[in-house]
Amino acid sequence: MSVKFIYPEFEVIRNENRCIACRVCERQCANEVHSYDEEHKIMKCDESKCVNCQRCVSLCPTRALKIVKSDCTLRENANWSNDTIKEIYKQANSGGVLLSSMGNPKPLPVYWDNILINASQVTNPSIDPLREPMETRVYLGKKPRTVSRTEDGKLDCKLPPQLELSMPVIFSAMSYGSISYNAHKSLALAATELGILYNTGEGGLHEDFYCYGENTIVQVASGRFGVHEGYLNAGAAIEIKMGQGAKPGIGGHLPSTKIVGDISRTRMIPEGSDAISPAPHHDIYSIEDLRQLVFSLKEATEYKKPVIVKVAAVHNIAAIASGIARSGADIIAIDGFRGGTGAAPTRIRDNVGIPIELALACVDQRLRDEGIRSNVSLVVGGSIRSAADVVKAVAFGADACYVATAALLALGCHLCRTCQSGKCNWGIATQRPELVKRLNPETGSERLIHLMTAWKHEIKELMGGMGINSIEALRGNRLMLRGIGLTEKELEILGISHAGE
Amino acid sequence: MKIIDAANLDYRAVNEALRETDSDCTINGCCGQRFIAAGMSDRNLIINGIPGNALGAYLNNAHITVNANAQDAVGDTMNEGKILIHGNIGDAAGYAMRGGKIYVHGNAGYRAGIHMKAYKEKIPIMIIGGCAGSFLGEYQAGGVIIVLGLHKDDKHIVGNFPCTGMHGGKMFLRGNCEDIRFPEQVTARCASSEDFEEIREYLSEYCADFGYSVDELLSAPFTVITPDSKNPYKQMYVAN
Amino acid sequence: MSGELITDSMKPMHDRSNGLGGGFAGYGIYPEYKEFYAFHMFFDTRDTRKECEAFLKERFEIIQSERIPTRRIPAITDEPIIWRYFIAPLKSVLLSLQLDEKEFVARTVMKINAEMSGAYVFSSGKNMGTFKAVGFPEDVGIFYKLEEYKGYSWTAHGRYPTNTPGWWGGAHPFTLLDYSIVHNGEISSYDANRRFIEMFGYKCTLQTDTEVITYIMDYLLRVQGLTLGETASVIAAPFWSTIAAKTDLEDQKKHTYLRTMFPSLLVTGPFSIVLGFDGGLMALNDRLKLRSMVVGEKDDKVFIASEEAAIRTMEPNAENIWSPAGGEPVIVKVKEGAFS
Repeated sequence: MSVKFIYPEFEVIRNENRCIACRVCERQCANEVHSYDEEHKIMKCDESKCVNCQRCVSLCPTRALKIVKSDCTLRENANWSNDTIKEIYKQANSGGVLLSSMGNPKPLPVYWDNILINASQVTNPSIDPLREPMETRVYLGKKPRTVSRTEDGKLDCKLPPQLELSMPVIFSAMSYGSISYNAHKSLALAATELGILYNTGEGGLHEDFYCYGENTIVQVASGRFGVHEGYLNAGAAIEIKMGQGAKPGIGGHLPSTKIVGDISRTRMIPEGSDAISPAPHHDIYSIEDLRQLVFSLKEATEYKKPVIVKVAAVHNIAAIASGIARSGADIIAIDGFRGGTGAAPTRIRDNVGIPIELALACVDQRLRDEGIRSNVSLVVGGSIRSAADVVKAVAFGADACYVATAALLALGCHLCRTCQSGKCNWGIATQRPELVKRLNPETGSERLIHLMTAWKHEIKELMGGMGINSIEALRGNRLMLRGIGLTEKELEILGISHAGE
Repeated sequence: MKIIDAANLDYRAVNEALRETDSDCTINGCCGQRFIAAGMSDRNLIINGIPGNALGAYLNNAHITVNANAQDAVGDTMNEGKILIHGNIGDAAGYAMRGGKIYVHGNAGYRAGIHMKAYKEKIPIMIIGGCAGSFLGEYQAGGVIIVLGLHKDDKHIVGNFPCTGMHGGKMFLRGNCEDIRFPEQVTARCASSEDFEEIREYLSEYCADFGYSVDELLSAPFTVITPDSKNPYKQMYVAN
Repeated sequence: MSGELITDSMKPMHDRSNGLGGGFAGYGIYPEYKEFYAFHMFFDTRDTRKECEAFLKERFEIIQSERIPTRRIPAITDEPIIWRYFIAPLKSVLLSLQLDEKEFVARTVMKINAEMSGAYVFSSGKNMGTFKAVGFPEDVGIFYKLEEYKGYSWTAHGRYPTNTPGWWGGAHPFTLLDYSIVHNGEISSYDANRRFIEMFGYKCTLQTDTEVITYIMDYLLRVQGLTLGETASVIAAPFWSTIAAKTDLEDQKKHTYLRTMFPSLLVTGPFSIVLGFDGGLMALNDRLKLRSMVVGEKDDKVFIASEEAAIRTMEPNAENIWSPAGGEPVIVKVKEGAFS
């Protein structure tokens, strides 16, 4: 202890008048915060182990528990914040690289919240989505430059492979391994029911989920885990993961403790061996090599599957996207710097990359300036938190949005940001069977369907207000957006006017 | 045996011609067509000329013989089957291969066998007759990489930084390798007779393919490299 | 038909406009110059006209250059210099740029309108011309002496500008090459359409939705080679549920294809438009039919208007008066060969 001691971040407050010592909290906490004192017949707790996941709070039958932030703080210092100092202590104690989970929590600008949406008044009628048709269906994929006709003059209706979505949302990549079997199953079931897609992430596709292939994007990352010809052909599309918003420029690392049983089988690597994803794809050191990987995947799947290239939003994202749009890829996915992760070095997560709003605005404009916007569809993520974010993203020019954190929240995640521990009490980011079973896939998928159904309705309400009855007419329609409290430069990059203009 | 004249075909046409037939094929006049036999199964294929990059990517149990050199990314993410190269191969051969064999008569470029894996009965084997470039077996997670150093003259059998990040599988280099620097997290030692037994079958096959004598090959000392840990980076992080 | 008829037809619809813009397009009005592109232009000053003429001379043979005849009336004031040129592209220029004639003319129009301050091409087709001004349409017709022109088809428009100020160039019809558009309504898809179409060399300089519809028409009809019906299926695409319910599978496939291929050219919000082209007219309502449109016939004539009253003004005995459904194009072609 002594110099190594760091005061616990949270306090567990138990209302002794309400507690009936039923020991639910004890059973529910994989972090072993709660325990029962047989001698005195009372519940005790070790708050140093608490991660504030709210599991015990949610399940306490008498509402006897609450978790609060500890008020035992270091002396206030505007430069050296409590967190900064504690990070120093942790590193001095261990020599380790700081590892965090989920998206960047720092108070950096959220541009979505500084953008307002238009509505029709007088000159143009708003539309009531409850009673008039309102279309949210989108097709993702390459649109040819010109139409062609058959010899008899009829339109040749063949198109490159397209992905049909009932609404412009896709559950984004979360690997089996980083999240549980039941979490994956919830996503697969919901995507199928909703007519959208989910994404396997880089951990392969469990044999039980091949049946959801039409609603599945299979991912190929630098580690190539579980990638084989059958896997490539199992999904509706193939995604090449070049980068992730939470950790641009670095690879991934699923520790051996999580490579057990089905995970090992799905990734096709031995139990107990680390699953290391190299930082780059070692067959891609340049943009022309990306073209090679894109077409090797197309050849292996006989050009039946659209290929998505996912990149993190970084400084020169517009030029990168332009290169990808000319690489033969059908869809570009861009992940912003607030995107989630099962584990990322804190310094990378909190300091590398740029916001998705700016990346989307500049990429969409760049592709249009070069006349190649129709070469690719654009999917954006990290972080899309609501239907309003989706509408704003589409108005900037996105074809669809990637949603992951919001989907996890629907499954029960309380954003305690300790996924890397593998002790997720909500059965999501864990492989422990007793925890995984807490997430019922039927309930999980139902909650995801609820969430997306609600979003879809909100999207329609917002569209109707603008007098737009099809999502196509919203896409890239930046006149529908106005900035508030943004600088000239920010507005210029976003390609929108200020409110009042 | 179907003959495909590739002289005026692009890679898409070559692969379509391959897919159209169930029989064995010979591709003549190959010059740079990429992705040949990507993801294909159950066929024998002979290539005359220089196949393009990513030959046999995601290969599923097909046999490919190349009567010349091959370019980069041979057998990328290969699953099963065999690729026999009578010349040299370029960079990143056998990237992330999980099964099957790549036998090369000549030399390999940079990063051969990078992130090679193994899973259950699938053990990928890569044998390089000549020398290998730098970063041989980077991130190796499984399988066997053998470099024979034949006709190497006074070159090193492998370039710089072999086995970095290696956390599975085995590597055999013919010779005592005193002049090679290996990273800290692997152990390099002299091969024992048990080690030889492990690879004799593959070497015999290799010798039959290229006309060498196994006993002669095995008469020289071999160095075996294995990782110390399947979890080389476990101690690196602290939860925040 | 002389332009007088259509000028008169605008009178009963006086209240649909607010005096900030009126205009006409006549087809078949320049038979003696039918081989040449008729550029109708506004200039702010004489110097601008000289400068623009010099620019045109580098690229075109100028067959005729003249002031467009107008009549001074109190209702129309502040007119710019209104000029017309009959011109033909220089073959040598076409060869060196490797462009076909129409693409070259279209690009020239874009260049002048986007880059030459004070000069504006408001008509650029062959054997057709538009006439527009700030004012009520019935006054604009008198101002331009339309009774002196004879054509096989005419369109007219009275404006009630909302998003943009009323100015001479902003009045309808909007034209490019032989295509002219009059448009009633305000489209909600404007910026989505604009940002897509600008990828192909069009420059929307006027911030008005009608301009973008004109360019969409040109792009789909001329550049992509779609038929009028197919074009209508892109810009007023049926709802997905309507497409799904089609029993003609080939038709279903076609509509699915067109909507998937050109999602960014779907036009939403209220509109009724009349497209004029070489040899006919196409009228189209938005798919929810948020604007009015009436069609009538008499003998070999077809009349299309926002109100039946306008049709009755032109032809009191018009027959078969009907209102087309939303998204259902009405295509009228003059008898083949009659005006070529």
